[in-house]
Parts: sequence; structure tokens; C-alpha cells
Amino acid sequence: MNQKLKSYTAQTYVAYALIAPAALYIILIVAWPLLETIRLSFTNSSLAGEDYVGLENYQKMFSSKKFNGIVTRTFVWMFFSVSLKLIIGLIGAVLLNANLKGRSIFRVLVMPPWVVPIAIGMLGWLWLYNGYFGIIAGVGMRTGILDGPFGFLAYKQSAFISTIIADVWVGTPMVTVFFLAAMQGVPKDLYEAAYCDGASRWDRFFKITLPQITPVIITMSLLSAIWTFNSFEIIWILTEGGPRGATTTLIIDTYKQALGNYKFGRGAARAVVVMILLMLFAGFYLALLARINKKISHE
Amino acid sequence: MNKYNPFEKILIYSGILVFMTFILLPFIEMFYASLRPLNHLFRSPYQFYSDDLSFWAYREMWNTVPMLGRYIFNSFFLASCVAILTLIFVIPAAYAYARFKFPAKNTSLYVLLAINMFSGAVILIPLYKLLRTLGLLNSYQSMIIPGVAFLIPTAIWLLKSYFEKIPIDLEEAAFVDGASRVQILRHIIAPLSTPGLVVVGIYAFIGAYAQQFLFAITFNQKKEYMPIPTGLYEFIGYQSVKWNEMMAAALVGMLPVLLLFIFLQKYIVEGLTAGAVKN
Repeated sequence: MNQKLKSYTAQTYVAYALIAPAALYIILIVAWPLLETIRLSFTNSSLAGEDYVGLENYQKMFSSKKFNGIVTRTFVWMFFSVSLKLIIGLIGAVLLNANLKGRSIFRVLVMPPWVVPIAIGMLGWLWLYNGYFGIIAGVGMRTGILDGPFGFLAYKQSAFISTIIADVWVGTPMVTVFFLAAMQGVPKDLYEAAYCDGASRWDRFFKITLPQITPVIITMSLLSAIWTFNSFEIIWILTEGGPRGATTTLIIDTYKQALGNYKFGRGAARAVVVMILLMLFAGFYLALLARINKKISHE
Repeated sequence: MNKYNPFEKILIYSGILVFMTFILLPFIEMFYASLRPLNHLFRSPYQFYSDDLSFWAYREMWNTVPMLGRYIFNSFFLASCVAILTLIFVIPAAYAYARFKFPAKNTSLYVLLAINMFSGAVILIPLYKLLRTLGLLNSYQSMIIPGVAFLIPTAIWLLKSYFEKIPIDLEEAAFVDGASRVQILRHIIAPLSTPGLVVVGIYAFIGAYAQQFLFAITFNQKKEYMPIPTGLYEFIGYQSVKWNEMMAAALVGMLPVLLLFIFLQKYIVEGLTAGAVKN
């Protein structure tokens, strides 16, 4: 319509004017802070003031064994958490996709962990993980798996696993809902044709459903990797990165350095590492989206 | 082909049972704990059975943490402000994306998607310094300002898709009759897109309610502005934790978002999954 009514340039001006408030807001609150973080990473900024220190923050960071351990730990934590979310989410979606009574109720009942504020949900997990009075330790003690009270968040390995489980709990509903939506988008006639050819339920899943929803599985793996990487509240509330650093991921370390000790410079250097990794993820994701879109428009 | 034999049915239902137990156990256990007296909770190993369940904790929690009501109000107030501000910024932008062609349109839409991927934690340092310079630390604004920024991208995408569903002929007709852009927006687009605006507004409200914790622990130390996710920590006392009251308060704190979501889950899920699934 617009070509008829107004010239292209006038239209552009109107569009830009309409977008300007949102764009300026994001530039001020997101884009400028990102650039400022990069600048701060070359200073020893603190509440007292700042001086340019060149690459000192980076040199210290990369030469510290602790930091390298944190990077490795972040990726191990992420790997387990994302894999579990995808596997459990896929199984959940298959179960809820079955044409049985009550499935519409179950579909709503999956969502609470996703919707409820993470910080509040984690209080429930703190209680579940309680070594003396919690239900998990209780079941362990009564079945004889545990020979006494066991603080799940108090030991290095069990804290690592416990935070992963809580993160999987938060992330699984969304993965399930997206997989379910994708499964319902698979054309019904594909199944009917396969059924007529005598394909078993199993065959239909592996030869039709899975290939059809692969783009969504790939997209969700990346998205969920990004969100898991960013996960802050879960670890912060359950363990604050402890015991003895066993659950300190990059995001937790960045936060501790920057706002625990008000060492803005050192924190900023860590934030820059986080930023670069996130940009890599985002780049992958956007390239993938562009490819999928192209494929769809070609078909 | 959609018939299952009894064996398959049992298999699927037991699978669903296990899956749902994982998802819902924390909520069920929170609710159960909130009904039990404190001395029953403090027994080791865990007691599965209590005979004197009551809603006592739901009354007592207001005395244990006298500011609890204020924290709940703060959470509502913060989330409402963030949702309203988000809508104000997003409505014109989403309209522009839905109706106009302009240079860098697609690129900027993808940039918005990319912004979604940055956690608040990366930009906290400059924001902290900015809010400190402006004298806004320890205020409602310190939690509202960053909150809005992280909801704008998704809200633009969601609302854009609602605007695109409004037939363009209506606008053309009004335009020919001499209506201005603003008049079209007010008298045609706004009424027709009310359902979309409500969904996006509620999405923003839920999102704002959920993301309060990080900004609250970083930018605010004043009790009177604390939202409920941080306020709940007051149940953790010097001697012991009043678990039953904390769980009761936690459930009350999450109830508003749960109710909103249950009423609108269909629309919100449709809107969010549409992008990723169909694109």
C-alpha cells in the first residue's frame, strides 16, 4: 500500500521515528554497557576510581589456574545440563504427544518450573536437598542408600550434580513445549502413508518424527546452551558457587569478582570473555536460523 | 492408527507419571511442607506422614516477616511498571516492523534476537556505575530500568506478529479518507490489536516478575523496595529456618504468575513457539 501513498524515503523516516525510542533505550541500557565493559576491562576500576592498566587483568586471568578450571567446569556443567534437558524434553514431548486422555492437562502441568520465578523455585530445591530433613536424603536413608544425613549441596561432586539437576528442572519444560509444538507441526499424511505401508510406531518415530523435527532440535540445543551458559540464579541461590568453588561457573565468577568485591576491572575482563563466547553462540544461532529460513523459502 | 493397546497405554501413562513427578515434586513438597508444623519438619530422617496438617503457616508468616506484604506489593508494582514501560516502547516499534519496509529491517530484527542471548550479568558493572552516578541505586527505578531493556526484544517480535494479522485494507481505507498515521494507530490498530497487546503485556509482566532477583540483589539494598524473591530470605533466621512459613510465602509469591499463565498459556505458548517452529 505504501508505495501508492507515500514515497519510500518518507516511509523510512516514519519507521525510524517509531523505532527510535526502543532503539535508543536498548543502546543506552544494553549496547553502551557492553562497550563500556570492554573499556573497563583495560582498567583497574573500583569504587575508588580507575587507571588504565593495559592487558594486566587479562594476563592475570589467563595465567591463573583457577580461571582455567572455571572455564572447563562451565563447559562440563553446560554439557550435562543441556544434554539432559534435550533428552528428557524429547522423551517428555513424545509422551505428551501420545493421543491419550488427559494430555491437554499434562501439557499445562509441565510448564510451572518455566514460568515461576527461578529464585522462588530454588527455595523449594533448597528444602528438597536439605541433608537432615529433606525428602531426597530421607528416601536415601530409609532405603539404605545413604547411611546417615547427607548434605547434597555441601560436597563438591554432589553439589555439582545437584545444581545440574535443578537447572534441568528449570529448562526442561520449555524444551518439551517446543518439541511438542514441532511434533504437532509434522504433516499427518506422512504418518498415514507410513501406517499403510506397515511401519511400526518405532519406525514412524525414527523415520518421520525425528527427521522432521531435527531443525527444532538443533535450534533448541543452541538456545538452551546459551541459556544454560547464562544460568546465574540457580547456582547462586543453591551454593553461591561453592563448596570450595565446585559450582563456580563463568557467570558466577564474573558476578563475584565484579559485584562481590567491587573489582570492576577484573570483573569486566571476565565479562568480556563471557561476551565473546555468547557472541559465538549467537552467531551460530543466527546463521542457523538464516539457513533454515532459506531452506523453507526454497521448498 | 491412533489406538494404543492396554500394554502401551500403561507404559505411556507410567512414563508420564515419572516425568510429571520430576516436574511437580518440588511444588508438591513445598505445599506439603507449608501445611506441616515446624517440629514435624525438623525430624531426621524425613517423615512422610503428618496427622496435624493446617494452614497455620499461611497466617503466621505475616508476623514472622512483617514486611512480607510490602515485598509482594513491590513485586507487583515493579512488574507492572516494567510491563507498561515495555509496551510503551514496543508498540510503535512493533508497528513499524509489521507495516513498513526500510533499510536494515531484517538485520535489526536479528540484532534484537541476539540481545536476548546476553544475560544481565554481562552488563551489570556499567549499569551499576551508571545508576550510582544518577543516584538511582536502592530505588524502584534501579530495578525497573534494566528490566525493561531485556523484555523489549521478545516483546517486539511477539507484537509484530499480532500486528501483521490485522488486515491492511482497513488502514488503506482510513488513509484514503484522510486519517493520519497516529489516528490510524489509535482508532484502528489499537482496538483491533487489544488481544495481542494484552498477551504481550502479560508476557512482559511474567518476565519482569521472574527476572527481579538479579537486579534486586545487585542494585537495591533497601528493604522497603525489595521484591518477594529476595524478601523470602528473611525466613532464614540466625538459629533456624522457618521452612513451613517460607514455603507458604514462596507459594503465595509465585501464585500470581501461575494464575496469569494458566489463563493465557495457550496464547503465550503459541506466540513464542511460532517463531522457532515455523519461522
